[in-house]
Amino acid sequence: MLSRTASNLYWLSRYVERAECLARILDATYRLSALPQGYGSTTNEWDSAIATAGCVISFKEKYEEANERTVTEYLAFSTDNPSSIRNCLEIARTNARSVRTALTTEMWDAINSAWHELHHYDPKRITREEFTRFLNFVTETSVRFDGTSFRTMLRNDAYWFSRLGFLVERADATARILDVKYHVLLPREAQVGGPLDYFQWASILRSVSARTSYHWVYRDSVKPWLVADLLILNRQMPRSLASCYENINRYLDDLAQFYGRQGQAQRLARSITNKLENGKMEDIFQSGLHEFITQFLIDNNRVGNAIGDQYLI
Amino acid sequence: MSSRSPDFFDEMRASDGSIRPAYRQLAHWLDTVPKDVLDYRRKEAEFIFRRIGITFAVYGDAASTERLIPFDIIPRILNRGEWQKLSRGLEQRVKALNMYLSDAYHKREILRAGIVPEELIYGNPVFRPEMNGQAVPHDIYVMIAGIDVVRVDPDNFYVLEDNARVPSGVSYMLENREIMLRLFPELFIDHPVAPVDNYADELLATLKSVAPNNSSGDPTVVLMTPGIYNSAYYEHSFLADKLGCELVEGRDMFVKGDMLYMRTTEGPKRVDVIYRRVDDDFIDPLSFRPDSMLGVPGLMSVYQAGNVTLANAVGTGIADDKAVYSYMPDIIKFYLGEEPILKNVDTWRCREPDHLKYVLDNIEKLVVKEVHGSGGYGMLIGPAADKKTIENFAAKVKAAPEGFIAQPTLALSTCPTFVEEGIAPRHVDLRPFVLTGRDRTRIVPGGLTRVALSKGSLVVNSSQGGGTKDTWVLDR
Repeated sequence: MLSRTASNLYWLSRYVERAECLARILDATYRLSALPQGYGSTTNEWDSAIATAGCVISFKEKYEEANERTVTEYLAFSTDNPSSIRNCLEIARTNARSVRTALTTEMWDAINSAWHELHHYDPKRITREEFTRFLNFVTETSVRFDGTSFRTMLRNDAYWFSRLGFLVERADATARILDVKYHVLLPREAQVGGPLDYFQWASILRSVSARTSYHWVYRDSVKPWLVADLLILNRQMPRSLASCYENINRYLDDLAQFYGRQGQAQRLARSITNKLENGKMEDIFQSGLHEFITQFLIDNNRVGNAIGDQYLI
Repeated sequence: MSSRSPDFFDEMRASDGSIRPAYRQLAHWLDTVPKDVLDYRRKEAEFIFRRIGITFAVYGDAASTERLIPFDIIPRILNRGEWQKLSRGLEQRVKALNMYLSDAYHKREILRAGIVPEELIYGNPVFRPEMNGQAVPHDIYVMIAGIDVVRVDPDNFYVLEDNARVPSGVSYMLENREIMLRLFPELFIDHPVAPVDNYADELLATLKSVAPNNSSGDPTVVLMTPGIYNSAYYEHSFLADKLGCELVEGRDMFVKGDMLYMRTTEGPKRVDVIYRRVDDDFIDPLSFRPDSMLGVPGLMSVYQAGNVTLANAVGTGIADDKAVYSYMPDIIKFYLGEEPILKNVDTWRCREPDHLKYVLDNIEKLVVKEVHGSGGYGMLIGPAADKKTIENFAAKVKAAPEGFIAQPTLALSTCPTFVEEGIAPRHVDLRPFVLTGRDRTRIVPGGLTRVALSKGSLVVNSSQGGGTKDTWVLDR
């Protein structure tokens, strides 16, 4: 297939997934900031949201302070923020239009109707209640897009590129949440924050929609090291780094087999997968959770670039 | 039902009020179907069109970059006899267009015979010197033509305009039929409507047939688009999908060693035939507009080396502007030795002093068009314009007469159309598509019927508020 088509499919899925991740982060931040004083942590949750979205610098250029109004505006609706939810959905549709021929009617419909609906929300007049509906709409769009791809696409390179975009973005989002919140997940620091950190842990789970999953997997109350385990090494958890890489590896292998050759992307992904499959939480804590996450973000980025170099240009 | 206007030829109702045979069942159906059902179906059609994204962009209209072309749910019907005459005429005309182009870029016998003036070829801004003496694969220039025809009486088709560059609209012909089959399946039981959905297969066969001689047994065909901001982008992606070929932009291709390749996930792949929906000016920044980002640097050199086929060929603009139009009857006679089957509308060429004088004296009765205009822009409809507009336009014509032609205001035929006031006659035209391959000419029965939705309006262009209809050719 055309490299540009592959690239558009890859980025289409990335942007849809990015929109959903942002919606979940905003939802979790709202919840946390709505707690009475003293229940949350001492940090400003709105600052954390900006940090997780990875746009501290561009945000600071535009706003004095991170608060509900400014962060909501910037992450959800701003046209200045290239990765705001609105822009993600706009770019997703632009990409979808350029690869109409590679999408099934159902996928196009999911994106196109979302784009039409997006324009019904007026960021200047939106109420809290409507904003909650907006976040739901974004999550549902992503679920619908994902579901239609899964149910309707031919299992060939187009599908694999679309999956890869989705998974690389997802791994990045989970790692960013961990990167910003790692300090509350360190076993020893649990005492520092005291039991009040509980709401932080719960919030992390909420931002990856894993509160229920957690209880099913561990059958235990929320413990920070288990939260870290769930998001990093647990292969049952679809947003964990391990699960993302298990699948990235699989689709890259499918591509390699289909095209009859492999390259840097396959090699990099295999080494990351091995690291995650054989990793233990104790070792990760031992050698530094923060360092681990930072390295993962770099590695994941490298895989994305390798996919780009190998197939998309 | 409103009565027909006595001044115009109505395709359904004869002047004595009787229904013409082809429309008999439809007229009965229109009389019996409740209006709210029609209204409901129309809304349904609009909903479907918006969902699937059949939109077009209106240039210079920033507020709404994507619009829907209104679709009229009442089909326009031609009987088999009418169609046979029309399609014979179309084949004849396109054949002559191709011969004219080949001659104009090679031997120029038509100039020596004094049939057309020299400046019509050399003085034409869309004449491409690069194509002088340049062979094109199989000597075919116009593989895809869209010929705009109108009717003014039961017996004659008039050609209004030839489109030999990148004619668009065929996706509407196909989608309109799909929608009609979906909304009114019962009508197709009573009417033996000739199918159009083989168009994409015919197009692909045509494109493959014109591949360069040195291409592989199964040539690679691509559709080249300027990109998603082009007004016809929906059609480009729609056709690529139906053809099963890649939808490429200039940046997807590159030239290496006199061959053209596209970038794929498996590395470079040779391209043999480009169905290009990009104008000459933009296909190769090295040969034409250097500021264009839409083309492929070096594409012309591959073309000139005979290693890729462009459909349509470069330089076909000299065959379809409104100045050469007026010579078409003579061009047909010169190359084919036949009388034209389709008529030409009387045309005054403002480049000729006596014609110019006539035009200026009678401007309020005439339609005056820019020779290189399209889409209904840059034209004056004398009878519908106010004094000031006419004066301004006359000044423009006087300043550069060679840029204008004029024609009488044609009494375009009308067809029943579902509008605000109910079912009423509205003016229509028709753009059938003619495919010319190495092996033969293919014309799918039907075409795109455009309809002027406002009462009395004669402008059918979608950019000017026109709509479309499904066009039925009855197989009986």
